Amino acid sequence: MANKIPRVPVREQDPQVRARNFEEVSYGYNFEEARLEASRCLQCKNPRCIPACPVGIKIPDFIAQVNAGDISAAAAIIAEDSSLPAVCGRVCPQETQCEGSCILGVKGEPVAIGKLERFVADYVAAAGTPSEGAVSRPSGRKVAVIGSGPAGLACASDLAKMGYDVTIFEALHKPGGVLEYGIPEFRLPKESVLKREIDAVCALGVKIETDVIVGRTVSIDSLMEDEGFEAVFVATGAGLPRFMNIPGENLNNVFSANEFLTRNNLMKAYREDYGTPIHTGKSVCVVGGGNVAMDAARTALRLGADVTVVYRRTEVELPARREEVHHAKEEGIQFRMLTNPVEVLGDEKGWVRGLRCIRMELGEPDESGRRSPVPIPGSEFEIPTETVIMALGTSPNPLIANTTKGLEANRRGCLVADEDGRTTRPGIFAGGDAVTGAATVILAMGAGRKAAAAIDAYLKSK
Amino acid sequence: MYKIVKKEMLTPIICRMEVEAPRIAKAAKPGQFLIVRTDEKGERVPLTISDYDAGKGTVVIVTQLIGASSAAIIALNEGDSFRDVVGPLGNPSAFVHKTEEVLKDARYIFIAGGVGTAPVYPQAKWLHKRGVAVDVIIGARTKDMLIYTKEIGSVCDHLFLCTDDGSEGFHGLVTARLEKLVSEEGYSYTQAVAIGPMIMMKFSTLTCKELGLPIDVSLNTLMVDGTGMCGACRVTVAGKTRFACVDGPEFNGYDVDFDEAMRRLGQYRSEEQKELHKCRIR
Ligand SMILES: Cc1cc2nc3c(=O)[nH]c(=O)nc-3n(C[C@H](O)[C@H](O)[C@H](O)COP(=O)(O)OP(=O)(O)OC[C@H]3O[C@@H](n4cnc5c(N)ncnc54)[C@H](O)[C@@H]3O)c2cc1C
Ligand SMILES: Cc1cc2nc3c(=O)[nH]c(=O)nc-3n(C[C@H](O)[C@H](O)[C@H](O)COP(=O)(O)OP(=O)(O)OC[C@H]3O[C@@H](n4cnc5c(N)ncnc54)[C@H](O)[C@@H]3O)c2cc1C
Ligand code: SF4
Ligand code: SF4
Ligand code: FES
Repeated sequence: MANKIPRVPVREQDPQVRARNFEEVSYGYNFEEARLEASRCLQCKNPRCIPACPVGIKIPDFIAQVNAGDISAAAAIIAEDSSLPAVCGRVCPQETQCEGSCILGVKGEPVAIGKLERFVADYVAAAGTPSEGAVSRPSGRKVAVIGSGPAGLACASDLAKMGYDVTIFEALHKPGGVLEYGIPEFRLPKESVLKREIDAVCALGVKIETDVIVGRTVSIDSLMEDEGFEAVFVATGAGLPRFMNIPGENLNNVFSANEFLTRNNLMKAYREDYGTPIHTGKSVCVVGGGNVAMDAARTALRLGADVTVVYRRTEVELPARREEVHHAKEEGIQFRMLTNPVEVLGDEKGWVRGLRCIRMELGEPDESGRRSPVPIPGSEFEIPTETVIMALGTSPNPLIANTTKGLEANRRGCLVADEDGRTTRPGIFAGGDAVTGAATVILAMGAGRKAAAAIDAYLKSK
Repeated sequence: MYKIVKKEMLTPIICRMEVEAPRIAKAAKPGQFLIVRTDEKGERVPLTISDYDAGKGTVVIVTQLIGASSAAIIALNEGDSFRDVVGPLGNPSAFVHKTEEVLKDARYIFIAGGVGTAPVYPQAKWLHKRGVAVDVIIGARTKDMLIYTKEIGSVCDHLFLCTDDGSEGFHGLVTARLEKLVSEEGYSYTQAVAIGPMIMMKFSTLTCKELGLPIDVSLNTLMVDGTGMCGACRVTVAGKTRFACVDGPEFNGYDVDFDEAMRRLGQYRSEEQKELHKCRIR
């Protein structure tokens, strides 16, 4: 089962150049490259890749069509299981999902499943192949979806295909959730990729009403009682930033990654012609090691700063996608591992001048098997910096749980829901980060699709 | 789109607009704010809801020229539309949740400064309509900068005006007027509410502390989303970090770290002045 062809490398912007612009880092495969890469797939009888994809995309089948050169057929196969392939092909943590289980990865490099998925989505979009359109007749029954991130979009598009009259309510002025406000342009282009996928959802007949904060502008009860929505899907994500609660955290120029990224992505602060300001100073420290930390760091770099990522464990434990860490290093971002901040230092006017840290070492493994970092006494030191960005994770916004009777949340603020998204109140479903806490795009999308099926069953039985 | 059905300049730099926003008009309560965006490239600007009419489906905002974004708001005319208006945001004023029993014996004194005068109107109106005793002090630099005197006069028991230069009413600051009312003129109150510039709210709080009078203040911090997502609005209240947009905007004045709040408000000052400059040249 030896495979002679090495994994086809993907063309990328030069690190020196891209460190100064916001254009997409990866160019993706062209037709020939994609077919060559597709030819590497062994078409396993019992493919290990499929169960490792949270939505179970029929990976060997779509790859076979790429290999045969029938990209529309490949797109149709992917569309059976995923409504956002151009997004997931770009941002899924493939190394722990599909590609992480590919048989070729045992001895060599796995098939570049994500890159192939992205290629298929971009190729059919560029060819202007019309999307499927609504498949069943409209039932006229109304369903409300709250939040327009991947969970909400996936649920809405499935329901629309089943014939429901779906309206998405979004708090911000633009749809997309984290895909719009969190993940930067250089990883997920907004106009050419995200807008295209959202437009495809709208083409199915889904209405999106922005500037509506459910729990403030309207309530779930008013939507159900006064506006005739028979079921509601809550997909409000996990948007509340966490801070460390260390001294100096409210100094000027300490930001949450959410603020920093929102200013830059949603409000386009990096562009001269937009009103919202952003400043980094000459040096930036980013605290954390996940995707959010990498995105904040690489954004700060592109705004012209020298950037250091401060993480309390080691490189092995970095939770970010491997590709992002690799890209960040290529672009010149410094990493300080086994380091944890203890205080943000300010100047006499209250602006950040440095970050006081302590060195860490990995202790004995805890119950979860992870070796937790412990501080080394007396090892404190200072990193001079003008800006500190906290990227420590997020939790769900309590607004909906607080304003909806009978809707339970757990101690971490996550809505209580079963496998299919049924909450503690009949007719109300939930999924994505709002239920799981911060997770991934594909898991959120999967949850949205399961909930769509459950909502359909619920409405049919009503 | 959110159409401006009425526009009026209250002073050369303060503008009142009535805007179509039916969902917000229906849900709004005194003390809440909204966020507007003039156009695709505009900032999200928080403004207090200065009146609302569920029947007409409109809300009133009063904007003072400060930087580029407020200039863009004021540049809009009757018939134009905002790109976005979102709200109502934040918690309603504390009194909205109080029982009639409690409010029966309450006597409110509002301390209003500058553009912060307009947001006092819906609050005083709400209380006055329910028969609660309400007095209001309005302060401004000079006579021409006093706003909302007629409107507020019609929804309170006593209205006290003061100007820094003495061109109208009491000659001096709102804090001095409050002190005089309570210590010399025999007025007594159970609750104060201050809305205005941060510095004025800080000193109002100090005065109230001396008088033993509880005070709520409405914090106009920097904000981006207004929904709890970014933390730009963080303030230290009673030693804890709170988000003004979702935990406020009104807080017990005694607990607020005003010095930190003022410092944080200045974070984009240099940038903003540049912006405005650019726009004036244009
Ligand atoms: C910076 C960053 C980088 C990431 N990188 C990756 C990555 O590379 N790969 C990956 O797989 N995952 C990544 N993630 C995680 C992933 O983006 C999330 O898990 C996913 O977006 C969750 O989807 P969701 O639909 O549940 O919620 P969200 O995407 O958070 O969307 C929720 C939406 O609901 C709206 N909303 C909230 N409350 C209300 C309300 N009351 N009324 C109306 N609307 C409301 C919000 O404004 C938002 O638009 C990243 C996350 C961040 C923050
Ligand atoms: C909850 C809330 C309610 C508000 N209600 C009103 C209102 O009803 N009417 C109104 O006119 N304004 C109100 N504001 C303030 C208003 O949002 C700002 O004045 C506005 O953002 C200024 O935008 P700008 O671009 O014109 O100036 P900025 O971009 O803010 O530039 C001017 C500089 O002033 C600082 N600044 C920001 N806000 C203020 C302020 N309130 N006072 C002094 N300096 C400030 C900024 O740091 C900036 O550096 C409110 C703010 C909040 C948070
Ligand atoms: S959706 Fe994600 S996990 Fe599934 S095949 Fe595509 S890249 Fe892999
Ligand atoms: S495990 Fe790898 S080689 Fe096998 S079918 Fe899946 S992608 Fe192809
Ligand atoms: S304005 Fe973003 S959290 Fe308050």
